[in-house]
Amino acid sequence: MQIYLPIAEMSVNVFMLLALGGGVGMLSGIFGVGGGFLMTPLLFFMGIPAAVAVATEANQIVASSVSGVLAHWRRGNVDIKMGAVLLAGGVLGSSFGVWLFSVLRELGQIDLVIKLSYVVFLSIIGLLMLVESVKSMRASKRSAPSKAHHHTWMHGLPFKMRFRKSRLYISALLPLVIGVFVGLLAAIMGVGGGFVMVPAMIYLLGMPTSVVVGTSLLQIIFVTANVTLLQSINNQTVDVVLAMLLMVGGVIGAQFGAKIGSLLKGEQLRGLLALIVLGVCAKLTYDLVSTPVDLYSLGTGGGH
Amino acid sequence: MSITRLAQAIWCASLILGSAQTAYSSEITVDLADPVVQITAGFSGTDLLLFGVAPGDGDIVVVVRGPIQDEVVRKKERVLGVWVNRQEIALEDVPAFYAMASNRSLDEFLPGGIANIHQIGLENLQFHPKDKTRKADDFEHFRHAVLRTKQRQNLYTWDPQPLIFMGNRLFRTKIRIPSNVSVGTFGIETYLIRKGELADSHTTLMNVRKFGLEASVYDFAHRQSFAYGILAIVIACVAGWAANAAFRKS
Repeated sequence: MQIYLPIAEMSVNVFMLLALGGGVGMLSGIFGVGGGFLMTPLLFFMGIPAAVAVATEANQIVASSVSGVLAHWRRGNVDIKMGAVLLAGGVLGSSFGVWLFSVLRELGQIDLVIKLSYVVFLSIIGLLMLVESVKSMRASKRSAPSKAHHHTWMHGLPFKMRFRKSRLYISALLPLVIGVFVGLLAAIMGVGGGFVMVPAMIYLLGMPTSVVVGTSLLQIIFVTANVTLLQSINNQTVDVVLAMLLMVGGVIGAQFGAKIGSLLKGEQLRGLLALIVLGVCAKLTYDLVSTPVDLYSLGTGGGH
Repeated sequence: MSITRLAQAIWCASLILGSAQTAYSSEITVDLADPVVQITAGFSGTDLLLFGVAPGDGDIVVVVRGPIQDEVVRKKERVLGVWVNRQEIALEDVPAFYAMASNRSLDEFLPGGIANIHQIGLENLQFHPKDKTRKADDFEHFRHAVLRTKQRQNLYTWDPQPLIFMGNRLFRTKIRIPSNVSVGTFGIETYLIRKGELADSHTTLMNVRKFGLEASVYDFAHRQSFAYGILAIVIACVAGWAANAAFRKS
């Protein structure tokens, strides 16, 4: 069954979109990741214009993060104060990101920048995950490395703030900067940014792992909501019909994924996800460097 | 430029003359099965059915032209191994859609001069750079890139569709309108060519518009983009909450 997407201005197969949403939702359920960094490139591969894919995916992430944060909220795993500081940075970063997005779109370089960002981040993250999972598979018997608090230059920064839930007393500048950076990624790449924020919160800020996911989800809700709103206003690229189809598939897929995920071993999971990420990255890289079918392309003029 | 202006003037004059002629001698009469194409949720393209009568002898060519638009054409170059958009030209007067139908091969009856003046056939389409002062040396490459890309998108077709005479000089043709068609007013021009001369021409209009939910969504997104953004967020929040609630119980 075909459905016409009003903003993307193309007709796509409903079941294919539901399956895509379900598949990525399942992966995100299994691996406990947002899935935006897989969904957005897959939308490109389907022929959805990159600008529409990025903005619409931000909208879908609002839904999946709301659903996720509620579960963490009930367990009390959300540091609201930390979330608020990250959010302040996120709003700054994402607002700047959407502005940058409009400028790059005008220059005809947005596709390139989005895809290059994906190649860079997916390859770094894929490799890191692969190395770590291989390491832990080899030494799964050994205890986890102790995470002592190192005193570095970061602890000398001003504007210190106490984060009770995270049991931290650190400069507010650190989470603010992380927030700005993640917000920028959200706007340009159509991701929640959890894959950057979660490691940053654990390794840079030293937050306890238990509150990291819930807190990052809280920040992601508001940042992706901000991106959705600004993209709607500046670029009119949020396709609610597409977003709703992805939400339905994603929500159902994530529930099954979570059940499957609890049956598999952590390091195997990470290794598998690393391979998927690297596969998507390889395809994007190939598309950027292989000679295109046509060297010329049509951009949007005044007509659209 | 002045030649094309002159050509346009002649074309307009001939249209007026053509319709005037229709009044007296009623050379061609054309009608569309459906003058409005509605793009709805299930839209996957449609067939434009055209009927007409052309008394006397002569050949018919029908041209369907979408609303004219501006297009930006960009050319990629390799930079450090990656293909990057470098040169760009903004073009105007680019029809969003272009298709033809005729009862036999165009080169058998259509003189090049007429085809050129009336822009019949893709090779005769005239696009102009928006910045008149800038004339790229390889302007032709950019022009052909538009033709090529639009053909790949099924928006332009090079060869005419078949047009069938059914007796009593009654003719019929079917032109495919793909799902990715742009909205707007389409011109459907019918030319009657007799002995290498333009005997008559007729223009009728067709309206392609979004209809129903699709139209509302598109208009809403463009006219009240702030409210649209808020609504998109609200939908997402409700969907997320509903999902969480539904799966918690089970």
